[in-house]
Amino acid sequence: MTIPEQPAPSDEVVPLLKVAGLVKHFPITKGLLRRQVGAVQAVDGLTFDVRPGETLGVVGESGCGKSTMGRLITRLLEPTAGTIEFEGKDITHLGVAGMRPIRRDVQMIFQDPYSSLNPRHTVGTIVGAPFKLQGITPEGGVKKEVQRLLGLVGLNPEHYNRYPHEFSGGQRQRIGIARALALKPKLVVADEPVSALDVSIQAQVVNLLDDLQDELGLTYVIIAHDLSVIRHVSDRIAVMYLGKVVELTDRTSLYATPMHPYTKALLSAVPVPDPGRRKRGAASGGSGGRILLKGDVPSPIAPPSGCRFHTRCWKATEVCRQQEPPLQALRTGHQVACHHPENAPA
Amino acid sequence: MTAPLHDTGAAETAAVDVAAGVPAKAIEGRSPWRIAWIRLKRDKVALAGGVVVLLLILVAIFAPLIVSLLGHPPNDYHEDQIDALFGTPKGSWGGMNSDFLFGVEPVNGRDVFSRVVYGARVSLLVAFLSAVVAVLIGTVVGIVAGYFGGWVDAVISRIMDLLLAFPQLLFIIALVSVVPNSLWGLSGSGVRMAVLIAVIGFFGWPYVGRIVRGQTLSLREREYVEAARSLGAGRTYILFRELLPNLVAPITVYATLMIPTNVLTEAALSFLGAGVKPPTSSWGQMLSKAVTTYESDPTFMVIPGLAIFVTVLAFNLFGDGVRDALDPKGSR
Repeated sequence: MTIPEQPAPSDEVVPLLKVAGLVKHFPITKGLLRRQVGAVQAVDGLTFDVRPGETLGVVGESGCGKSTMGRLITRLLEPTAGTIEFEGKDITHLGVAGMRPIRRDVQMIFQDPYSSLNPRHTVGTIVGAPFKLQGITPEGGVKKEVQRLLGLVGLNPEHYNRYPHEFSGGQRQRIGIARALALKPKLVVADEPVSALDVSIQAQVVNLLDDLQDELGLTYVIIAHDLSVIRHVSDRIAVMYLGKVVELTDRTSLYATPMHPYTKALLSAVPVPDPGRRKRGAASGGSGGRILLKGDVPSPIAPPSGCRFHTRCWKATEVCRQQEPPLQALRTGHQVACHHPENAPA
Repeated sequence: MTAPLHDTGAAETAAVDVAAGVPAKAIEGRSPWRIAWIRLKRDKVALAGGVVVLLLILVAIFAPLIVSLLGHPPNDYHEDQIDALFGTPKGSWGGMNSDFLFGVEPVNGRDVFSRVVYGARVSLLVAFLSAVVAVLIGTVVGIVAGYFGGWVDAVISRIMDLLLAFPQLLFIIALVSVVPNSLWGLSGSGVRMAVLIAVIGFFGWPYVGRIVRGQTLSLREREYVEAARSLGAGRTYILFRELLPNLVAPITVYATLMIPTNVLTEAALSFLGAGVKPPTSSWGQMLSKAVTTYESDPTFMVIPGLAIFVTVLAFNLFGDGVRDALDPKGSR
């Protein structure tokens, strides 16, 4: 969103974050002996890169593993398999102490501003906590730096001694952003940063994130289920379905020529606030009409064989039921995992 | 970390205001505790309970002073106040007069006022310290069980169930009979009190532990715990800096409601002869002595009974008020 020109989608750019084959299964145990009887396959084989300075949007339905993915790359969860490399360093299985220096560079913004700030701490303590935990004394002292950060995110620095309950949802989210930026991170993972906010406040916070990226040269991974938010902020977008990335490409090609049927269905579900346009779209056939998916998302405990989307896909054939389509670039910089892609190059 | 920053912040801002001659007030956060205090101040019943509690504590602390002003040494016999024929106090109402405010004890004529005042020391000391023991053990064990979960939680929870099912009164009576006369540099009543504190506290912690565990189970899922982890916080920081401040309110409430229960337990044990050793006075012990004479001298039973009643009631009213003040979503 803020990079003036989209860097050419070549592999020459050294990725800031490199994720390969990332898997997270949550075991389901039963009985006194905690025998494992199954696993929730929340994230099941993710491979993607995050390039410095870009914003990667991750979108998908509830329960598709977006948030789990976010917590894996910030190492709040232990991956079951796969590797995570940050600036070329393997951080997949680092412990609390090993991760501590890396946490300066990888920060997280949380979904619920009512739960992400400790109600018994003052704003000063909350935003100052990163310095305390990392043992850093910023120039001019913690208090001065905290007040500068509060000013940076558009809050009154005088509110240093206030408690979270004295702020509105949008202000609280700004406090959370100030905390995430305190250590001048390189990568910020934002898990549904605006979904708990009023629509009028969402725009403010999204624009704040935008401005801060310009100012501080941040790299974002923004997780959201709101396609308009994602479209507004992202340079590249990953679409997830049942723990897998089904399509990964830059914003323009995703919205103009979606290749995965699921992406197409998702995009068609975005409400168009103009009845005339909606009808015209439907009349012209194809992409304008709303695609209604049948059934529910299958359970991640027992995902379907082959392509995970085949149970709801209108193009599904025998091959979809049996073979899992690999995520591959069908056009430059446009990766998709489908046997029967839409808008495929002839 | 909060407190010093907070103080210097307020001081600096205030200084600036004074220098500039601006009457503007420094922006000061209203902490959850201050809000609770404001709410508590509005609750007159709780406030009355609190005042009585405070008075009782002062009475216990200044017992020697009060007795020297208004009574006689608690262990002095005043047989001149006793009817030699029946062994009951002379005069009506258990021998109450301007010299002996609450009358005298039957048979030996000890000053009931002095003995009640000194009895407050034993009751409150045992009740407070055993509550402290219970809260300390209960908090640490409960927070560990709740945060770590798994087999740690399973083991701790079973231990708590076990202790809750234990007949503590019988255990203490049995224990007191085998405790030596001097222990840990204490002797006589000191040993008995230490045993009472240890045992009441030991059997009290599972109540605190269960509450803390339950609260921790819900608190550990809050995003601020994840936020702290994403900043590189270790377990100790999360347990004691992030979770504990949020547990202080329920713990405070439980502690204030636990003290009256402990007063009653101490009285019951003293009544049964497992409390402090005579001649040290305690309310339960006075009650048990009064049992033999209550038909001829009911006043001697009423006075310590009232002392227990007032103490327990005051603590309960105060505790209820604290709970309401800390929990704005309560029924009142």
